[in-house]
Amino acid sequence: MSTLAPEAIAAHQLTLPEYDKILSLLGREPTLTELGIFSVMWSEHCSYKSSRIHLKKLPTQSKHVLQGPGENAGIIDIGDNVAIAFKIESHNHPSFIEPFQGAATGVGGILRDIFTMGARPIAVMDAIRFGRLDDARTGARNRRILQGVVSGIAHYGNCFGVPTVGGECVFEACYDGNPLVNVFALGVFKHNEIFYGKATGIGNPVIYVGAKTGRDGIHGASMASAEFTEESKQKRPNVQVGDPFMEKLLLEACLEAMKTGAIVGIQDMGAAGLTCSTCEMGSRAETGVEIDLKFVPQRESGMTPYEIMLSESQERMLLVAEKGREEEVLAVFRKWGLDAVIIGVVTDDGMLRVKNHGDVVAEISNRALADEAPLYNRPYTTPLRVAPLDGPTIRSNDLGADLKALLGSGDLSNKRWIWEQYDYQVRTNTLAGPGAEAAMVRIKDTETSIAMSLDGNGRYCALDPREGTKLIVAECCRNLSTVGALPLAATNNLNFGNPERPEIMAQLVESIEGLAEACRFFETPITGGNVSLYNETLGTPIFPTPVIGMVGTLPTGLPMPLAFQAEGRRIFLLGGLRPGGDREFGSSQYAKVILDRLWGTPPKLDMYYEKRVQSAVRELVRDGLVDSAHDLGDGGLAVALAEASFGPQGIGADIRLDSDRSQELVLFEESPSRILVSTSNPEAVRAAAAKNSVEALEIGATLKARVVIRNRTETWIDSSVGDLYSVWNNALEHLLLNPASVVNA
Amino acid sequence: MKAHVYVWMKPSVLDPQGQTICHALNGLGHQEIASVRQGKYFEIGLSGDLTKETAQATLETLAQDVLANPVIEDYRVEIVD
Repeated sequence: MSTLAPEAIAAHQLTLPEYDKILSLLGREPTLTELGIFSVMWSEHCSYKSSRIHLKKLPTQSKHVLQGPGENAGIIDIGDNVAIAFKIESHNHPSFIEPFQGAATGVGGILRDIFTMGARPIAVMDAIRFGRLDDARTGARNRRILQGVVSGIAHYGNCFGVPTVGGECVFEACYDGNPLVNVFALGVFKHNEIFYGKATGIGNPVIYVGAKTGRDGIHGASMASAEFTEESKQKRPNVQVGDPFMEKLLLEACLEAMKTGAIVGIQDMGAAGLTCSTCEMGSRAETGVEIDLKFVPQRESGMTPYEIMLSESQERMLLVAEKGREEEVLAVFRKWGLDAVIIGVVTDDGMLRVKNHGDVVAEISNRALADEAPLYNRPYTTPLRVAPLDGPTIRSNDLGADLKALLGSGDLSNKRWIWEQYDYQVRTNTLAGPGAEAAMVRIKDTETSIAMSLDGNGRYCALDPREGTKLIVAECCRNLSTVGALPLAATNNLNFGNPERPEIMAQLVESIEGLAEACRFFETPITGGNVSLYNETLGTPIFPTPVIGMVGTLPTGLPMPLAFQAEGRRIFLLGGLRPGGDREFGSSQYAKVILDRLWGTPPKLDMYYEKRVQSAVRELVRDGLVDSAHDLGDGGLAVALAEASFGPQGIGADIRLDSDRSQELVLFEESPSRILVSTSNPEAVRAAAAKNSVEALEIGATLKARVVIRNRTETWIDSSVGDLYSVWNNALEHLLLNPASVVNA
Repeated sequence: MKAHVYVWMKPSVLDPQGQTICHALNGLGHQEIASVRQGKYFEIGLSGDLTKETAQATLETLAQDVLANPVIEDYRVEIVD
């Protein structure tokens, strides 16, 4: 074994103390292949070495949770012997390098995480964030990235046959050069169909299935090694290309093979491919895994053991079958036209032993790789803060024009240009798709539907990571409650900057602690997720951007619409006006779009009040006592009223307020715990509010074709629904196709 | 003046379309076909007074920026006459 140069160690992004730990774990110098294996398993991505000690603060258990973090996806029980598996994962960096394939393989990866547990994927959502589309300097690139990412998601999801039912799309300058692509997937199965990634049973065969291994996505660090460049001079891209049709075959083959009863453990090969799947499966079962690379199906000739172990080729799975029944499993994969080969065996010595034509090229304890990665308690100070505490004096000349500017902004505009590219109806279970308050998918053969919501807010978290994260959890729960669903569990995608900077680490810590507090309070444990760090461009970090995916259940039925349904209905603001202050206004969309500023603090959240408002709306919606329900979020009351007017009937609202506060604040502040409902049964609304000790403020009535907002004797806004709708409906296409024509208010 | 531009996937990038063609050929009985990789071919006409060198340089730029995705594809520009 040769001695490795310090440059090779550094090129693998291992620090010298980390290298020393490798030496002491092995009791010798690692081979190049072993160094590569350690470097991927101990990377931030696989080991969570900076975040793990803080992630332990998250609540992970409840009576519904069947599987918490640590497996490929979390699982919760939804009754009737049915369970759902769900998780979110980021593909930020690949989507910047190659937007289409980066986003596509992001979808492919999370789908495999779901069906490797035995669940059939039934829904996908995406939270995507880009730089501003109309920026003079970076706009063209941002538009190209958005278009690539959306087509990539559509391509993979549509070809695979899973509906993309919702998500969010946000534009902010901090995502220039560092877009965020967070993909959520959810699958369904029976309790007895759950599979785990464990290599149990000494002597059981280890089987490789799916696509052949190529030189996809091998980390660039490897280039530095002399030994490596001799073997292959071909410049290898860091980008993987996915094949959704292959993934569909893999899904069907895996689910069918699982039914044979001959599979004891299964895991997908995602990041760190063969390396990660072998040592994690061994580590979970406290067994060893021995493989010979000569059996691994290869797409290219002359691949080294290093390349085979680190390849991130897509659409591959590793499974362990019961000894003596391997033929049953192999037959299923043959039927689906997929490669399936026995590449090794489960052993009793706890070691990952990799051979190449009989010669041992790597021999490392599975525990060392999967569980003994360095754990950092990185120093943290107070969260990085870029915004001032106080903002400008606000005096609007034209509130109606402000409302139009908000509705025509990237964040608040109709996102149909995006979701019209997605097949959101495939499998025919989608009750509410993109653009709804929360996505809703029914579970066939049961009386239950799943509601889900995906949310983040970088502005709130930039001003206060702890409070911002709590607000996101509250908003997700509110989205579900507004459609009548009970929030049950959540998954999180934490997108942050460089954790080695104490003020960034502080953002991460505060955000996780806020997440823990809110999830504990709302009884929505975190069952898994993903941490994406080092999201920076030229030393400028992104806003701290935790994204939460929340799932809940409700009885299957017609979904509660967010839009007003008929004229002459009474409009209530459940929760009341919840007046905020000037400082909280600095985090609003009004501050962003109209004033192009960020200051102050996020809105104040009273979690107890929030929970009571949610419980009130859930009761009203479930009992059919309201005609429509829409929660107030970005853009506040005025934007919520406009959105509620964009139903097919074009029913607007005649609102009469009685406030002595500033008109901008009343109309556009984003205080949480507020839900707009329309009803023909005002007594029921008042009763539900009283029962839950929350305010139900009657603010007006529905009206045909106009949105009118008056305060005492003043008319603040008087617009036709058609005008507002056309601005909102066409804004994103304008921004994409003709960005110069969009005047930034 | 005419030019041909060839664009194909880099050798280490997966080519699902090529694989599918290979499977189809095998299915038709051509077991001797071991692998297929497919690509794109452009015929481009140029007008005006251009030297071969200018045309080559322009098309190299266009191939790099528009016709090929240099992250995952290679290309070759040939000026025909």
